[in-house]
Amino acid sequence: MPDTTDRELTFAQAVREALAEEMRHDSRVCILGEDVAEAGTPFKVLSGLVEEFGTNRVFDTPISEAGFTGIAVGAAMTGIRPVVDIMFGDFLTLTMDQMVNQAAKIHYMSGGKWKVPMVLRTTLGASRRSAAQHSQSLHAWLCHVPGLKVVIPSTPADAKGLLKTAIRDENPIIFFEDKMMHHKLKGPVPTGEYTIPLGVAEVKRVGKDISLIATSSMVQVALGAADMLAEIGISAEVVDPRTLWPLDEKTLIDSAKKTSRAIVIDEGYGRYGVTSELASVISEGAFYDLDGPVLRMGAMHVPIPFSPPLEDLTVPTEKMLFDAAKKLCSKS
Amino acid sequence: MTPQTEEAVNMFSKELALHAYRQMLRIRMFEEQVNELYTRALMPGLAHLYSGEEAIAVGICEALKKEDYVTSTHRGHGHCLAKGATPNLMFAELLGKEAGYCHGKGGSMHIADPATGNLGANAIVGGSMGIATGAAFSSKYLNNGLVAVCFFGEGALGQGLLYEVLNIAQLWKLPVIYVCENNLYNEYTHYSETTAGDICARATAFGVKAETVDGQDVQAVYSKAKQLIDDARAGGGPAFLLCNTYRYTGHHVGDINREYYRTKQEEQEWKTGRDPIQLHGERLLHEGFTDKATLDALESEVREEMKAAVEFAIATPYPALEEVEMHVYA
Ligand SMILES: Cc1ncc(C[n+]2csc(CCOP(=O)(O)OP(=O)(O)O)c2C)c(N)n1
Ligand SMILES: [Mg+2]
Repeated sequence: MPDTTDRELTFAQAVREALAEEMRHDSRVCILGEDVAEAGTPFKVLSGLVEEFGTNRVFDTPISEAGFTGIAVGAAMTGIRPVVDIMFGDFLTLTMDQMVNQAAKIHYMSGGKWKVPMVLRTTLGASRRSAAQHSQSLHAWLCHVPGLKVVIPSTPADAKGLLKTAIRDENPIIFFEDKMMHHKLKGPVPTGEYTIPLGVAEVKRVGKDISLIATSSMVQVALGAADMLAEIGISAEVVDPRTLWPLDEKTLIDSAKKTSRAIVIDEGYGRYGVTSELASVISEGAFYDLDGPVLRMGAMHVPIPFSPPLEDLTVPTEKMLFDAAKKLCSKS
Repeated sequence: MTPQTEEAVNMFSKELALHAYRQMLRIRMFEEQVNELYTRALMPGLAHLYSGEEAIAVGICEALKKEDYVTSTHRGHGHCLAKGATPNLMFAELLGKEAGYCHGKGGSMHIADPATGNLGANAIVGGSMGIATGAAFSSKYLNNGLVAVCFFGEGALGQGLLYEVLNIAQLWKLPVIYVCENNLYNEYTHYSETTAGDICARATAFGVKAETVDGQDVQAVYSKAKQLIDDARAGGGPAFLLCNTYRYTGHHVGDINREYYRTKQEEQEWKTGRDPIQLHGERLLHEGFTDKATLDALESEVREEMKAAVEFAIATPYPALEEVEMHVYA
């Protein structure tokens, strides 16, 4: 990565910049989704792109998620590099046959003859008081399927570099953005052109007593918890895998071996989820160096409730993570 | 006017006409308060207002029995109220309170109420098409004579599910009415940019009878709905009713600056020339069903009803925290 300057971008600006750069480089890159053109999406992530690239590159679609995702699959096979916008991650369910039975398998089933170079951008994350059908974090579903890659950045700089790589990749990739980070999270983003490879985790904070393995929105939570832990003399390391598949197993395992304790934190459901998988990877790889079980922390196992006091219980917080980490460290 | 519609119009008695007026007014005033709650930052999240479209929910629900089923959308307050919901419990739900219809778990986009046949509002565009058709399936299976109405916006015409259930409903002659509320916009995009061909032809392609009605005219909506509902109840199978309408305000309460997708002039034309409440009020006066003073008094009465409901909702408590894990399984 080139030198970081003092330039700060929001997460949304970083995503937009990645798309704009790739669209300038490669005329095959286009955007399909609902209200992506003049409206720039309801989250205003794509504002300005239609002005630069026109409606021949930025396509407003009908509310037909299965249809336009399927079109992206076919277009990707035949020379286009579509970036599909699925407004809320909850609507992924409507695209699932196209992603799981079609996009994910075409390369393999054709013996490597066809490729599906497409990106599906969507959101995750609760806390917007949007209730059960607009708050889910369903990224684990996609991680389960061979043939798909899953990218889940936590900072503006990572979002930009990883999205550029994803667009250039030859495979179907699902790119998850926490909708609470779009405008609220700002961070330094290098001015020059750069990409970040898939499958490379990053240590976001170095520590020695416990590893907090966190994804997307939970990285900020982990960093906050690490600050709190520092105050009581516990040094926490925060590691962000950045892509869930491919997965940088080594960095996670090495961190856990070094600290001897690990908690995995992710906003999806823990049951059969991302935290379960990462915890297994760490347990298998670092077992003999661990001083305690690898803990999982994810969304509560309930549909996300609307009522604010209830919704707030469902998402892991700095305090919950702090308490769990403190307890784990005091046991050994 | 054909003899049949004349008969239908006649069925819109004075009593019904006055009740329809009151119901439309209640929806309008309910939402006035919703917007107020939003601007005063008292409501969590967002809400999608139905103002301008009241004649559809009211015209249709007046033609339904209390036990008949409806499914609703993200823009669902009007459907709920028209089907008989109580404002107190709706506002409590909008504020996430225990007393709300869904114990605060659903919020604005998910109000459900078995007592009034409300199978639930749905935040997935087109998400209730299977549910409504399923309710019609059970009606036929149980032979209980109930009808199901599926309300959806024209944006939902983009969902493939509609075409699957239309086909099945017609094959199996299910008592379901698909009510398409064409308010011209899918969020921030004009429907003409997302909708090819003729809307009703999509239904008639399956042999489902389709009608179009002025969605600003509660009497016209009622008359058409009554025919289609009675026919469905008698075993005549499904129908599709296209209601042309307009939403007065933003896609949701936070959608304030709308000039990039529609003009203020267009909004003004609908509000002044085609307001369903005003038009129906004029009709009531013209028919001599009521007088101006009574209508004015009704407006204050309804506004007070809604204000009191808001006060109830603000004062009533949030659910106990243990409730978060209740209702995941039956
Ligand atoms: C499957 C799905 N896709 C997208 C959305 C986001 N969304 C919510 S409302 C809406 C527009 C709906 O338009 P329409 O059906 O005409 O209803 P209206 O809002 O006009 O009442 C969209 C795209 C959604 N809720 N569900
Ligand atoms: Mg619409």
